[in-house]
Amino acid sequence: MPRSAGTLLVLLALIVLWQGLHLLVGASSLASPVQTVTKLAALLATGEFWLNVSETMRAFVAAFAISLAGGITLGIVLGVRKLAGNVAEPILTTLYSIPKVVLYPLVLLCFGLGISAKIAFGVMHGLIPITLFSMNAIRQMKPVYRRTSQVMRLSPSQNAFTVIMPAILPEIISGVRLGFSLTLLGVLIGEMFASQRGLGFMLTSAINIGQIDTIMAIALLLTVFAVTCNTLMMRFDRRLTHR
Amino acid sequence: MSEKWLRVAVVTAMILLVEALCRIDVIPRMVMIAPSDMVVELGKLLASGQFSADIQITFTNIAISTVLSVLLGFAAGVIIYSLPSLRDAIEPLLASYYAVPTFVFYPIFITLFGVGSASIIAIAVLLAVVSMITATLNGLDRIPRVLRKTGQIYRMSRVKTALLIELPAAMPYLFTGVKLAVAYSFIGVIASEFILSGAGVGYAIAYAYNLFENGHMYALMLLVLIVVTVVNTLLNIVDRRLQARRQR
Repeated sequence: MPRSAGTLLVLLALIVLWQGLHLLVGASSLASPVQTVTKLAALLATGEFWLNVSETMRAFVAAFAISLAGGITLGIVLGVRKLAGNVAEPILTTLYSIPKVVLYPLVLLCFGLGISAKIAFGVMHGLIPITLFSMNAIRQMKPVYRRTSQVMRLSPSQNAFTVIMPAILPEIISGVRLGFSLTLLGVLIGEMFASQRGLGFMLTSAINIGQIDTIMAIALLLTVFAVTCNTLMMRFDRRLTHR
Repeated sequence: MSEKWLRVAVVTAMILLVEALCRIDVIPRMVMIAPSDMVVELGKLLASGQFSADIQITFTNIAISTVLSVLLGFAAGVIIYSLPSLRDAIEPLLASYYAVPTFVFYPIFITLFGVGSASIIAIAVLLAVVSMITATLNGLDRIPRVLRKTGQIYRMSRVKTALLIELPAAMPYLFTGVKLAVAYSFIGVIASEFILSGAGVGYAIAYAYNLFENGHMYALMLLVLIVVTVVNTLLNIVDRRLQARRQR
């Protein structure tokens, strides 16, 4: 696989660049790759770190589940009802493009400090992209599929599971991929701004006491986690489209 | 056209509903002030000039980071496009780039550049530049081959081909990148100010939140929402023109 060899080479170059930058600005401003990995290993061995990880994960999983269920349902409804879809789409795209972080105080005032505010904020980020992608998936479904299923007199449930679902799945997965990353971002921003627990909280408290290696270890962990999940979803997507 | 009016009606109904809920105290004043009060507060705040320094800093930073991302992204896109082996290596990384929650790198920039405009612009550019790179690659890919061949027939120089054929042909796709760069710059700048900084609209909102100054807070929120909506609408109008040109 010469293709992935090239990617590895680029990654290697990035690590070399990182090391070079570390040597340039000094260890107090930027931890080296080795220091970061060692710190991450040390953090992973402590129980407290896992408490923060599980706090973030709980908020993230809940927010993602709500975005997923709500987004797909809403998207399908808006996709099937043409008028509702046409009316809602520009409103949704406008909502999607506003920096939702300015609304975080509102979320905090509604839900109070704690996990529910983080979940709500994650949902605010993740719900709309999943809705938009699901809606477009239904709208752009080839009419021939619908007609074929009518000709074959499929029952509504057969129609849903053997025709519509497989037809819209690849598009929905693209939306889910975007929703996944944005939900994670939302939960983390929520934790960075106001929270007592979680990885985002660890990040901001590490800035205040100047622990650059902790910051970089957490950033590395989150990057690896996000990229791994994204790659898995892309693989799944590719398998579906090449069926 | 009726869809447009229906949309206006839906949005107006929602605002009126919130207004009514605020007026009859179902939504307490501590949580949210009525939308009409927000407008009044915004008017007072803009007239007093209390936050004009913050507003200026934020929009300057957004402008700088948009320009930087567009220029850097375009340059990087052209370079990557002209080196196919580099492109093969980099493309999988670009595909998963937006999966990374970029804001976790903000603390690193703070230790590098300190709290201030430099780290805020850095994080906003980091967030925005990749969408411009992707858009540039996409645009260059989709230049119809016949256009370049025509250029060859006319024996146009490389520079002329680039300026008169390739750039206009790729423009609609490049503009998609510009649109995204603007949106990401807004998010990057305001969110960083919000999380940790000493000035700017995001900072002012966070500060007002901490002091329970709901009037200021909601007025500033409204300001951001209005500016973003207006900017997006303008960009979409230009975008629609460019897309129409593409289809011709």
